[in-house]
This record gives sequence, C-alpha cells and structure tokens, in this order.
Amino acid sequence: MLSIRELHAGIDGNQIIKGLSLEIPAGEVHAVMGPNGAGKSTLSYVLTGRAGYEVTQGTATLDGEDLLSLDPSQRAAKGVFLSFQYPLEIPGVPALTFIRTALNAQRKARGEAEVTAPAFLKLARENAAKLKMDFEMLRRPLNVGFSGGEKKRMEILQMVMLSPRFLILDETDSGLDIDALRIVSEGVNALRSPDRGMLVITHYQRLLDYVTPDRVHVLADGRIVASGGPELAHELEREGYDKYAREAA
Amino acid sequence: MSLASALRTGQLDQLPGRRDEDWRWTDLRGLIRVAPPASPTVDNVAANPVLQALREPVTTYANGRMIRDDASTAPDAMRLRRFVSASNGTGHSLEASVEVAAGERLLLIDSFEGHASGYVADARFPIRVGEGARLERVVLLDDAVDAVSVSLTEVELAPGAVFHQTVLASGAKRQRFETRVRHHGGKAEVQLDGVYVLAGQRHSDQTTLVEHLQRDGVAVQLTKGVVQDQARGVFQGRIVVHPGADGTDAKMGHHALVLSDRAEVDAKPELEIWADDVACAHGNTVGALDEEALFYARSRGIPEAEARAMLIEAFLAEAADRIEHIQARELAHQWLAAQLRARS
Repeated sequence: MLSIRELHAGIDGNQIIKGLSLEIPAGEVHAVMGPNGAGKSTLSYVLTGRAGYEVTQGTATLDGEDLLSLDPSQRAAKGVFLSFQYPLEIPGVPALTFIRTALNAQRKARGEAEVTAPAFLKLARENAAKLKMDFEMLRRPLNVGFSGGEKKRMEILQMVMLSPRFLILDETDSGLDIDALRIVSEGVNALRSPDRGMLVITHYQRLLDYVTPDRVHVLADGRIVASGGPELAHELEREGYDKYAREAA
Repeated sequence: MSLASALRTGQLDQLPGRRDEDWRWTDLRGLIRVAPPASPTVDNVAANPVLQALREPVTTYANGRMIRDDASTAPDAMRLRRFVSASNGTGHSLEASVEVAAGERLLLIDSFEGHASGYVADARFPIRVGEGARLERVVLLDDAVDAVSVSLTEVELAPGAVFHQTVLASGAKRQRFETRVRHHGGKAEVQLDGVYVLAGQRHSDQTTLVEHLQRDGVAVQLTKGVVQDQARGVFQGRIVVHPGADGTDAKMGHHALVLSDRAEVDAKPELEIWADDVACAHGNTVGALDEEALFYARSRGIPEAEARAMLIEAFLAEAADRIEHIQARELAHQWLAAQLRARS
C-alpha cells in the first residue's frame, strides 16, 4: 500500500525528514511516534503535498503509484486523506457544501458519477448520527466557532464521507476529552478494513489505547529509529523519547 | 466641481482630481482630457435577461434619458431601474429621485449597464425615506471596461426609517459610487454594504458619508472586495456624529483580498465624533487568500482553481447575504457567481 523510501524533505532549506523509510501494507494501522520537532507533521504534509515542503530525495508511492508528483487534490482523489491536527475554519462555506464539493470533485477526478443531493444528505445524516453530531452543525460554516472536539469529529465525519483508501491521522487525539476520544476512535476503527491502510501520527500513546496499531515506529530527527509492536508505545509512554533522541543525535 | 457640470459646460478644469482629498484615488481630471460629445437619444436597448426573470415593472434610462417607464402605473413593493449607457465615446448625466412615503416599504433594484464602450456617465440619486418607511436598495454596477461612471446618492432618512443598500461593483476605467446619508436618528437605521470584484485594469471606488444629526441613530456598514491583476479597489467610509447626536451606534467594516502583486486596495475609514455618548467602531483588513484554508480544501480533493473560487465567493458572500429580500439576495449571489466565473 503506502511505501516511503529514503525520503529527504524539508521547508525553507531546512532538512527535516532525513532518509525516512516506511512500509504500510493494506489492512494495517501503523503508528509513528516521536518527540516534538522530530518531523511528524512534516511527514504528513509532504505526503499530502502542502506548498513550501520540498522533497530533495526519495520516493513515496501508494499501490505503486508515485504520490509526490501529484497535486494535493489529485492525491485525495487517489484516496489519501489527512486528518489535520488543527482543522481550518472555512467562513461562509457550510460543512455540507464543503464535503459534497470535495466528494464530487474526487469522484469526477476518478471518472465516477456525482453523488445526488438526496443520496448525499442521507449519507451525511447517517454518519453524523454515528458520530453523535447534531446534523444542524453541518449546515453551519465549516468549523467556524466549533470547539476542538467538534472540529476533530468533523474531520472524522469528512473521512467517513470521503471513504479514503489511506488515512493519515495527525495528532487526532490532541484537544479531545475522553468521551470525544472514544467517539472519534470508534469512527476511525469503523474504517479499518483489509484494503485500507492507516498512518497514525501521535506524540502520546493515549490514542493507541483506542486505535490499536499493528506496528509502532519511533521517528527521531527525521528518520525511523526503532520499530516494534503495540508494546513499543507503552514503553515510550513509560520511558520517554530521550533514549531515541540521543541515538538520533 | 462635478462630472455632470463638466459634461454640461465642457469645462474640464471643474473635474475633481488627485488634489481633492476625496478624489485622490479616483482621479477624473487627469483622465478626461477632452470633453466627450453629448450622448445621442436612443429609443431602444437590449433586454437584461437577469432582471427580466424578476417580472417586475422596469424603468429604463438610456444615455441619461428615461425611455420607458412600466412602473408609473402601479405602486409596487419592488421597482427596477436600468441605467444603460448605449453609445460609444459619448457623455451623459441624469438625475432620478425616489421617495418612500411614511410607513411604506420599497425594494429598489438599480442596474447600471454598459452596452457600449468609452462612455462617460454621471448620475445623481436623491432619495427620501419617510418616517417609519423602509427602503432596501440593491445596485448592480456592470459598466464597460473602458468607461467612466460616477454617481452620487443623497439619502435623507427620517426618524424611525430604514435604509439598506448593497452595491455590487465590477469596476470600469474609473467607477465611483458615492452615498451620503443624512441620518436624523430616532432609531432610524442605515445599512450601507458593498461588494467589489475587480480584474484586469478595472477600478472601483465606493465612498460613503453618514452624518448622524440627531440622537439614537444606528448605522452598520460592511464592504468586501477582491482585486486581481492590476485592478484597484477604493473604499472611503466616513461617519460624522454631530453635536447632540448622542446614543449613535455605528459600525463600519471593510475587508479586501488582494490576489496579485500588482493589484491595489486603498481604504480610508474615518470617524469624526462630536458627541459623548456614542458607540462607533471600524475594522479594516486587506490581505491575501488564506493559503492554509486553500491547502485544507485541496487536501480534501477540491482542485486548486475550484477551491480558490469557493473561498473567494464565501468571503464576498458575507456582504451579499445581508440583503433581506430573498429574490434580491439571490440576484446578488447570481451576479457574484457570474463575476467570479468571468474572472477565473
């Protein structure tokens, strides 16, 4: 599924990712953990094509197709979805309009027919109910005036509606209370499937209690410095990142 | 010192220019070097399909003269006026007044249409809104790219009256829409909103003056604009609270997006307050499109051009959304969408 090889990337001439390699097969959830400044968010932005991030070396492919040469909307149409650490507020654009525009743009790019308004609304209602969201919220401008927890739920709703093949969750647990964390995690877990991969980027192990990863990787100074099973997350929680930060340096 | 008198007399030295403080960003004297010949009489102009859809009586002016008045027979709650400039390279001026009697309501849609090139047009609009009366005015400025189009609206607002105006401008070589309101307080309410969408080398100036003459007047203003290429947007908003006009509540906002290095926005919000117990506020921002919001939309699969158009339309729609009359609001949204399609 997702294959990253010897990736070097940075912003404004600063190298942040320094030879990162990672293989995430379909059906698996991999967690990337690391201290602040290790390059976690940079990794998510490089994979989704944010402007300003420059790849100097290496490759990233999804099912063998190069991602790095595509623009962000093309990557989305290929099935890549990034759940933002800090979801943006979009004044003047109702959430429903935004999601429907995105869904139909993706479908158009893939040569599929647009989803009709009634079918879309039905789907939105069902999924909002599953995420315990007030449907009226979806009529309001996207994320404007929403709490941190509401914004994260809105991210998961978009994820469910767009049904991506590969999910990147960037610090999805930040700003969530325990109830919201449970609802969001259930939403993520419902998307686990044999043909879908997930990259969960997180500083803390807390989210991984709810979304159990198949593999855990430690990112330090722009590289994967250790990999293991779910128990590695607990070890990091106990002992911190010092050991790896020192190794990387 | 007006365009109308210069057109009438041919004395171009009467034109306002960059040395006049209120016209420094809308120089006419430096622009009009030769007096244009007077516009000829025109009997017929092409229909406007957008307005036709409203099926309301229309008063049509061509080259400054009224050529048709379907409205004179019936006193309607909605009136449409078309001000068509129909001849190339000529000049004309007009005056058209509106009076809304005490307690009455009117929706007025004014459409400025350039059906020719290089014209010079001037208009004056005296408006009286009587006690407890209500006037909502939506103005569409669709001038030709190389035209000069200037207008002045002077509103006399009685106590308890309501005047809402939304001006939608696509610019011209020089385009100025000026509104002056004499506000007699007494809970009377004025809302002066505007939208400008400017591309190429178009220029548009929205200038307002609200004079609070008596107690307890309310005034709110919101103008939003977007400029690209080498276009230039001008907003001048002046609020004067005269002595004794205590209890005045005034808010003014102007926000613009500048989409290219060579586009320009000039803004001058002014508050002049001579009373003590007054709440006045103004906000003014000029900036670029939010790149983070753009990336967010693109990362969800919306192609860049579509995402930009969506964000720009949402930005501008905030002002158009404040139009109360549903059909007029839809008209404004249609206008906006058409402008954004044309510029992309």
